[in-house]
Amino acid sequence: MIEIENVRKSFGSLEVLKGIDLTVNKGEVLTVIGGSGSGKSTLLTCINGLEPINGGRIVVDGIEVHAKSTDLNKLRQKIGIVFQQFNAFPHLTVLENVTLAPRKVLGMSKAQAEEIAVRQLTHVGLGDKLGVYPTRMSGGQQQRMAIARALAMSPSYMLFDEVTSALDPMLVGEVLDTLRMLASEGMTMICVTHEMKFAREVSDRVAFFHKGVMAEIAPPAELFGAPKDPELQKFLAATH
Amino acid sequence: MFDTSLTVADLMFLARGAGVTLLVTAIAVVLGTLLGIAFGIFRYQVGAVWAAPLTFVLDIFRSIPLLIQLVLANAFMGMVLRWQLSGFTVACAVLTMYTAAFCAEIVRGGIEAVPLTIRRASRSLGMTWRQDMASIVVPLATRVALPSWIGLALGVMKDSALVYVVQVTELLKSTQILITRLQEPLFLLMICGAFYFLISFPLARLGGYLERRWTND
Repeated sequence: MIEIENVRKSFGSLEVLKGIDLTVNKGEVLTVIGGSGSGKSTLLTCINGLEPINGGRIVVDGIEVHAKSTDLNKLRQKIGIVFQQFNAFPHLTVLENVTLAPRKVLGMSKAQAEEIAVRQLTHVGLGDKLGVYPTRMSGGQQQRMAIARALAMSPSYMLFDEVTSALDPMLVGEVLDTLRMLASEGMTMICVTHEMKFAREVSDRVAFFHKGVMAEIAPPAELFGAPKDPELQKFLAATH
Repeated sequence: MFDTSLTVADLMFLARGAGVTLLVTAIAVVLGTLLGIAFGIFRYQVGAVWAAPLTFVLDIFRSIPLLIQLVLANAFMGMVLRWQLSGFTVACAVLTMYTAAFCAEIVRGGIEAVPLTIRRASRSLGMTWRQDMASIVVPLATRVALPSWIGLALGVMKDSALVYVVQVTELLKSTQILITRLQEPLFLLMICGAFYFLISFPLARLGGYLERRWTND
């Protein structure tokens, strides 16, 4: 369970999260929508401790993320994150990209890590790209590799930060299909996205962020069908 | 021109000089690079303000001509500190710092060239700072820094000719000794140049080879 309590976050004098309260349960798929600068991506980087917070707390499976005593490297093993930029390690092959963390962080043997990596890469449809360098692949393939790389650590939670925003429209589908597959397998996910159709389809709940505040949260049928917040109404009118 | 009084023994004398050049260069480049990596990482990690004292010292080594550094260091160590050091040791020490000063900048530039987003991705997988450094930053930074580093190593090799001022008889000094005796400056300088070329060529080619290999990524 991810518990977010009154979280505040500022970059300099700019407050990007103004007291967010949110609980994500095991097995739930939560999508976060909102305009750029609404703080939705920042929230994800705070959840796995990549960004410090200025107030409140985030608790993942009973462990407070930003407590001094928390071993962040250990905590991050159970929170996978995939970013908008694909962030492939360009000097490693696809297989090496995926086996690196299981070997270094979990101390797996090469054979063990490769077995898991091949399974995850096959799962996202890259079983035939093991020896290829990421720069030789399309954006969609690189993004799917990044997903497999995160999954190879067997995380309990997956965070997706606008993972299709940097992709060609032609390649968005293949990545969304991968996310749909994960959702149907029961993975706990928080997806920040601009893909409204996708949000409507896969989410258990959808949260709308506006100017650092979570303005509305509801199951998709309700949020898209009968939006209450005036800003959300404007946002949906503009994106439809 | 080919009617020379150069003997095999003289050639061996030159080869020994080349050996000294190679040895001084190898020591300075290896130690200087290790120090430079440490200084470069330190400068990157602590930021410009905290690294200012170190940066200042390195700037001194980068901006004062090597010849002056050698003479002053030799005088300082011998007359002020009263250390009984051989010219060879002084030469290696000064050249090491000289190499380290340039290498630190190359290393810092290489690290800065690694996109922060890639480092975030590796840290988000649970890798520690050390693991991120070893598996991601060092390999990527090395690819960026290699051409400059090869240039530095070749430069240090040629600059090592200046260590004659602390009584180290390296390749150029050996050549000058022979010129004084044989009075065949052009011929001897040609041979001397050939020796320098023989030393540099493998290093330059190694750089080219590695660059080609890494562009396959």
